[in-house]
Amino acid sequence: MKLKLNEISKSFGPVKANSDINLTVNRGEILGLLGENGAGKTTLMNILTGLYKPDSGSILIDNQLKVFHNPREANKNGVGMVHQHFMLVPVFSVTENIILGTEPTTTFNKIDLTNAKEKVLKISSEYNLDVDPNQLIEKLPVGIQQRVEIIKILFRDAEILIFDEPTAVLTPQEVVEFFEIIKNLKKAGKAIIFITHKLHEVLEVCDRINVLRSGKIVGEELPKKTTNKKLAELMVGRKVNLKTNRQIVEKGEVLLEVNNLSILSENKEPLLSNLDVKLHKNEILGIAGVQGNGQTEFIEALTGLRKISSGKISYFGKECKNFSPRKIHQLGVRHIPEDRQKQGLIGDFSLTENIILNTYYEKKFSNNIALNWSNAKKEAKRIIEKFDVRTNSEEISADKLSGGNQQKLLIGREMSRSINLLIASQPTRGVDVGSIEYIHNQIVMARNKGIGVLLNSTELDEIIALSDRIIVFYEGRVIAEFPSNADPNIIGLAMAGVN
Amino acid sequence: MNTLNKNEIENTKSKRSKIIGLSLIFFGFVIYLFFGLGIEGQATFRLSRPTDPFALPNLILPAHSFIGLSALLIAFFGGRIIMKAPKNFTIFVALSFFLAIAAFLVWATAGKSFSLTGMLQATVVRAVPIALAAMAGIMCERVAVINIGIEGMLLAGAFAGALFGSIFGNLIGLVLAILVGGGFGFILAALVVTFRVDQIIAGVAINIFVLGITSFLTSHLLKSNPELNDAPIFKSIDIPFFSEIPVLGSVFFKHNIFVYFSIFIVIVSTYYLFKTAYGLRARAVGEHPKAAETLGISVIRTRFNHVIIGGMIAGFGGAWFTLGSVGRFDEGMTGGRGFIGLAAMIFGRWHPIGALFAALVFGFADSLQQKLAILRTPIPSEFLAMAPYLVTIIVVAGIVGNAKPPQAIGKAYVKEN
Ligand SMILES: Nc1ncnc2c1ncn2[C@@H]1O[C@H](COP(=O)(O)OP(=O)(O)OP(=O)(O)O)[C@@H](O)[C@H]1O
Ligand SMILES: [Mg+2]
Repeated sequence: MKLKLNEISKSFGPVKANSDINLTVNRGEILGLLGENGAGKTTLMNILTGLYKPDSGSILIDNQLKVFHNPREANKNGVGMVHQHFMLVPVFSVTENIILGTEPTTTFNKIDLTNAKEKVLKISSEYNLDVDPNQLIEKLPVGIQQRVEIIKILFRDAEILIFDEPTAVLTPQEVVEFFEIIKNLKKAGKAIIFITHKLHEVLEVCDRINVLRSGKIVGEELPKKTTNKKLAELMVGRKVNLKTNRQIVEKGEVLLEVNNLSILSENKEPLLSNLDVKLHKNEILGIAGVQGNGQTEFIEALTGLRKISSGKISYFGKECKNFSPRKIHQLGVRHIPEDRQKQGLIGDFSLTENIILNTYYEKKFSNNIALNWSNAKKEAKRIIEKFDVRTNSEEISADKLSGGNQQKLLIGREMSRSINLLIASQPTRGVDVGSIEYIHNQIVMARNKGIGVLLNSTELDEIIALSDRIIVFYEGRVIAEFPSNADPNIIGLAMAGVN
Repeated sequence: MNTLNKNEIENTKSKRSKIIGLSLIFFGFVIYLFFGLGIEGQATFRLSRPTDPFALPNLILPAHSFIGLSALLIAFFGGRIIMKAPKNFTIFVALSFFLAIAAFLVWATAGKSFSLTGMLQATVVRAVPIALAAMAGIMCERVAVINIGIEGMLLAGAFAGALFGSIFGNLIGLVLAILVGGGFGFILAALVVTFRVDQIIAGVAINIFVLGITSFLTSHLLKSNPELNDAPIFKSIDIPFFSEIPVLGSVFFKHNIFVYFSIFIVIVSTYYLFKTAYGLRARAVGEHPKAAETLGISVIRTRFNHVIIGGMIAGFGGAWFTLGSVGRFDEGMTGGRGFIGLAAMIFGRWHPIGALFAALVFGFADSLQQKLAILRTPIPSEFLAMAPYLVTIIVVAGIVGNAKPPQAIGKAYVKEN
């Protein structure tokens, strides 16, 4: 199958998300699609899958003109997409999610579950996508949920497969598995579009790379003949410094001290055991580790979202026993949570409302009876400007922003106020290289000004680039500590539990 | 997310079982004190009518010892919960409630006789409108539309049933009542799905509108033309063979079509929601409409269809008040059954069968108060009339607490293009 997009344009009000985009993908080919946050990648794919209607332009499959009014018509023509934010029903089983909309049935519209499960298992073995068809989605880790999404589109006989930032939420191990999967799909003759912000990934798996900027295609590159730097410049339209400048600064007094901290799960299994951590002024402390080794729980404990079983957490020399998240916030501790959509932002709320979400009660925004909207708006405008959140208004709801811009809004909210200590979890997840540069510089500048930063990231590169000191979490313990100039391979080994 | 650790969960659990255990012991004590002390005689429960083909003998219980034994058992359960903190203590709590009600009935009947079968039969009858309201609620809420307007839809169905039943006979009256209910379903869907009016406000508006218009028509049309408010009711149909089984026959198989159709609706909607492809799609629309839309399922159309069907079920339930019961319409005669039905829906965790059982609990409370009025207990009748509502409040506040509604509930869906 050959897909051709011809002069596609699409606007949302004054925002031109796509303008005159031409693009082709062939059978057995992986096309990489790069572009900064809000460049229009997701929008273009939504047009291709029939979710949005283009203002102009056409879609050709095998040189035949196609018009998709809805995703089902796109499906019928072999186009399927794994969305940036998964489209799975948490309380349904794997099988139910996969068959939804195209259920095999017997008499009286009864779902033929045995038949469905057989089909699911067949696809899962054919493409090496291991899943349990009876499991509920809400019980599965993200990596497996993604497999379900892939099986879902293969179940609909997709020949053109679109992946929108599939690797953003995966652990490094899962990324390796994912690459195997798409290479298999390519071998099976599928045409694949792969969207990502990680340049080394496109260089690794793609056959061709298209770069999008402000809704236009600005270049096509071949992985063999291009470099990280060149791609980054094409995306952002200026020189990007992929290496963060981090001059050595003398670290100051202890800001955060954790003593003998333990947390037990509901089933009495230890999530964290006897943790001792110190964070100093003028220091970035990186937490490295494969996801699920206690980092999430640690940060929830530090931010007052989780009760601890034993041990002590002290901020600025004072113990914080059972402090509420607000009280911790009032100490000047800022938190960038790892899941922007679940914990950081409220999708239905406007950008302004999201900006004052954790400060609405302050004098500046409220007189205890009514909110001061003009101040709130001013603040929102300031942050949007400063952190380069691409939007035409602070009144649209947060879920209208592109994924990376949601992240920038969140970081802007937390970092643009008086701040003593920053706890950042996956701060650059889904953010483009240009903005990563900006966010990293902000974090380093904050640290230079005397702030302590606790940085939790599953990206080892990010940890190494920013941290003054690195601790490695493994099975709820700190199993190793490294200086900033340690060998990444040795840190990687520690992350796997080898010490 | 405020996750408690295990220690604390253990602590709160044992604390909770202590509180529950102690209250059960206290409860047992109170029951003996109020009902057992100084009571004499026997309570006679009639299980069959003399005309029944296989008549069972009466159940005769010595009041004092029965009540004493019940109280003792309840206290024993309480002690057990304190000592062992068993996981399934809800069973013991439920058993205690059952014993308490039995003790109460024995107390009320002591020295008299009381038709147990009659009360159970009334339970089933009284559960009908509640169960149907709950089914209507399930149809709507499973696709994430809150339907507060069920009360109004019941009332509209009742009125239409009486009026059209009087003119055209009960069958056509029933059909028109269903259509009127469906019409209000359509209005609700148009308001909340198309125009995205707040769902609660739209539902309340329907309730107020129907209450107003039916009251107006009653005083201006029905009062002056009594022949328009005199519908033939549906006679009860005995199911051959089954109706002759002692006790069960009278309780379940000697009813009019409303009871049989309600059971039919419960079965069909269970099958529909959980076995069919359309049901799966409907539930997907209620849980994650965007995911459904990406798979080519029309969220708008699905919601429209289900809210209309919900309205039709409510219209049918409304007709029970007139065509299935008294044959005439009175202002506000639904008496909050629509809201109780919503409580039954939540109590039954949005599952038709669960809701049916919940409706039977409310129906029991309803028939209990009615029958107790006949026994002339010292408890004032106004107080007894509160029973169904009291049970509703206890159930909703206490037991339901953690039931999980469809995730997208109450949220309008905006289709992009
Ligand atoms: N439904 C919508 N309503 C209004 N504006 C929208 C809508 N969807 C997208 N946009 C705007 O269109 C532009 C392109 O967004 P899009 O989601 O396609 O970006 P993207 O390239 O996928 O970015 P990211 O890498 O951050 O995911 C953005 O400015 C965004 O705010
Ligand atoms: Mg995107």
